[in-house]
Amino acid sequence: MKYAIQINSSPNNSHAGYCAYQLIEALLKNGHEVFRVFFYQEGIYHAFKYASPPDDELQLTKKWTALATMHNIDMVVCISAAQRRALLISDEATRQGKCDDDLAGGFRISGLGQLAEACLLADRFIEFG
Amino acid sequence: MIKKFLFIMRMAPHQGLILQEKLDVILTTAAFEQKLTLLFLDDGVFQLKKTQQPAKQGLKETLCIFNVLEMYDVKELFIEVESLQERGLKPEDLSLPVQPCYRKDIHALMKRFDIIVSG
Repeated sequence: MKYAIQINSSPNNSHAGYCAYQLIEALLKNGHEVFRVFFYQEGIYHAFKYASPPDDELQLTKKWTALATMHNIDMVVCISAAQRRALLISDEATRQGKCDDDLAGGFRISGLGQLAEACLLADRFIEFG
Repeated sequence: MIKKFLFIMRMAPHQGLILQEKLDVILTTAAFEQKLTLLFLDDGVFQLKKTQQPAKQGLKETLCIFNVLEMYDVKELFIEVESLQERGLKPEDLSLPVQPCYRKDIHALMKRFDIIVSG
């Protein structure tokens, strides 16, 4: 089956993001397809490149990058949610006269249309957090 | 392709950006010409309450977005009767006409939809 996932909570205030990660791993292991993960609301905090938790804690952003790269998952961060929370890609930062480049590997920035489209393309759509 | 979406509205209106961002999803989904229904549950019933004054607290108005939903062809709005009663509200306290749905019937209502968006 084709799955699309939405994540609304940040890695630090909820466990939901990691639950989503584990579900995706399990789905892939069982032969399902996860074609898009959409990060919205506080979920955009999963995509910050420079998040540096202590070594003995879960490195979730790195895990997302590895998972997306290995399984070709389209990980989309909502642009309006991201900009509100200071997550800027270099193009956007330059346009605003800033010098950020915050987006971790494997993620891309796009709009809510990608979420609506994912709902239409998926056999199953699951929201976390 | 057209799918039937049920958006569950269950948070008080000015609790951070949650409602504002959810309304953005609702408007985007409506722009994709999907079939949308809203269900107001728990503290979500306050979202439709008349005489909100969010600007006084530096918050953006959300009630005005509900008032334009009809233009996007979102006409089916349900409210859980018990949620309304438990909060001392009456249908006339709300700024839009809504269809009552009793708690015992929520499950059957949900089964009518392809996608349920609850966050």
